[in-house]
Amino acid sequence: MAASVDVGRRADAAAAARSSRLGRRIQLVAAYTALGIGSLWALFPFLWMISTSLKSDSQVLIYPPVWIPNPPVWSNYAEVVRLVPFARFLMNTIIVSVTVTILELITSSFAAYAFARLRFPGRDKLFLLYLGTLMIPGQVTIIPNFLLMSWLGWVDTYAALIIPAAFSAFGTFLLRQFFLSIPPELEQAARMDGASYFQTYRHIILPLSGPALATLAVFAFMTQWNAFLWPLIVTNKEVMRTLTVGIRYFGDDAPGQFNYLMAGTVMSIIPILLVFLFLQRYFVRGVALTGMGGR
Amino acid sequence: MATIAERPSVTRRGGFSPLRRQETIAGYLFLLPNIVGFLVFSSIPVLATFSISLLDWDLIRAPRFVGLDNYIKLLTADAVFRKVLVNTAYFVVGTVPAGIFLSLMLALAMNANVRGIAIFRAIFFIPVISASVAVAMMWRWLYNTDFGLINLALTGIGLPAVPWLSSTAWAMPAVIMMAIWKNLGYNMVIFLAGLQGIPAHLHEAAAIDGANTFQRFRHITLPMLAPTTFFVMVISMIGSFQVFDLAFVLTKGGPGDATNTMVMYIYNQAFQFFHMGYAASIAWVLFAIIFLITLGQHQLQKRWVHYEHE
Repeated sequence: MAASVDVGRRADAAAAARSSRLGRRIQLVAAYTALGIGSLWALFPFLWMISTSLKSDSQVLIYPPVWIPNPPVWSNYAEVVRLVPFARFLMNTIIVSVTVTILELITSSFAAYAFARLRFPGRDKLFLLYLGTLMIPGQVTIIPNFLLMSWLGWVDTYAALIIPAAFSAFGTFLLRQFFLSIPPELEQAARMDGASYFQTYRHIILPLSGPALATLAVFAFMTQWNAFLWPLIVTNKEVMRTLTVGIRYFGDDAPGQFNYLMAGTVMSIIPILLVFLFLQRYFVRGVALTGMGGR
Repeated sequence: MATIAERPSVTRRGGFSPLRRQETIAGYLFLLPNIVGFLVFSSIPVLATFSISLLDWDLIRAPRFVGLDNYIKLLTADAVFRKVLVNTAYFVVGTVPAGIFLSLMLALAMNANVRGIAIFRAIFFIPVISASVAVAMMWRWLYNTDFGLINLALTGIGLPAVPWLSSTAWAMPAVIMMAIWKNLGYNMVIFLAGLQGIPAHLHEAAAIDGANTFQRFRHITLPMLAPTTFFVMVISMIGSFQVFDLAFVLTKGGPGDATNTMVMYIYNQAFQFFHMGYAASIAWVLFAIIFLITLGQHQLQKRWVHYEHE
């Protein structure tokens, strides 16, 4: 392994390797050791969760613990679905996450287009205001927002779960940066040909912004899938709970039933895990972008 | 800034030219959905939270104006709030430096031209994308006193079992360890992006001058990484002050108030006890703390952080 890595991808690494092959080798061994231990550390709670989710009640409490349940009790998963309206939680979470993501993409890209491409009085002041809202923690606004929801009679409705979450200053900011990097000549040509602002937005800007829109989409979706405090506050009825809220109450109802709890938790993670595995590069890009925001 | 068309000139009578007016209308129309959303769910609520914090309001009787009484009670007479502040600070101090150190070490390892970066990155990212609620549920089982894997490992090597979640001394370290585990991959990706932004020629030149690995780390990598480190520190601090999901699901703030945090206190005061005014005053204290961190960041950044291009 180590020998083949000598052919470094970067010139500096190659030079360093030539000047001190031994130092380089020690460095690599240290790097792989750190990454190996780190990976085990990152993964073992998940593996233990999956293992526990497939154990019978008695197997859960066996000492010394076994990693591979024999036989695996697949019926634990069916039992969870029987004990709590899991399918309903899943459906609620999908409805809310997908709708919020779509709305956020629309409202953010509209606003980003205005900030990046249109000139109008007050634009830069408004943009500063947007930057300011990035700083407001959501927890500071939950009390009036909850009061507004109950005044509107929206408690225990999808509207309460969706509408307040559909506006993102972060998304506007991210898309504006991307739109600014698109050369304006294309739009100028389209405008000359009589295209409206909406047409240039729809037919020129959006098609060129696929990666940025995908990055925002996966982030919005993940944030919404994992949201907890707001859904906890605006739902009372069991049928309106999202997965996170449902799992939390399930934990209170069946505190000692770790095989069921783990089965429910596995099921709540699998969808977002699949999204992540297929769209990984957009997640990573999004995080790297937020990181760049500090520069 | 790029302009789409030639900037239309203002007409002599002081009004807008038709083109200019059209662009202004279009601009506001594009902004409208987002602006309305912000006003209704963010800007106005911040002010509303402050107004509510001046009230004594239990949602049943009519609200009563009490001035700054909530703040006075909060800051001078509330032992639980003091505990909550200390806990939150404990959590911040426990998670931020250790989280930065560990994620930087992993990022350095990933940057050492190892193979399989994509696989390692995916592995470290799985805890990040998992819901805090799911993570806390997992760790509740890992921390189980009698059958949890962590205690089984401890007793397996001859150490005593630790009553992680039922001991006031151990509950917060348990929350901290779990939080570090969850956020490692996030900070690592940011650090890795920062490391990859350091120009290779700096390391080459130093290597030719005979600098060893440690010297290059100390005198090139660390200073060049300072903006990234600073950024990670600030977002970690802000995020840690807002901790709720992890602690709420793992321990519910207990035992006693050992893991009760600021946001949990807001939640409990507002939605368990219906002390809306009191909860709003806690929310404003939290807002003030986060505001001060952000403000402090700007000041410190000017003095400490080296930017190559500015």
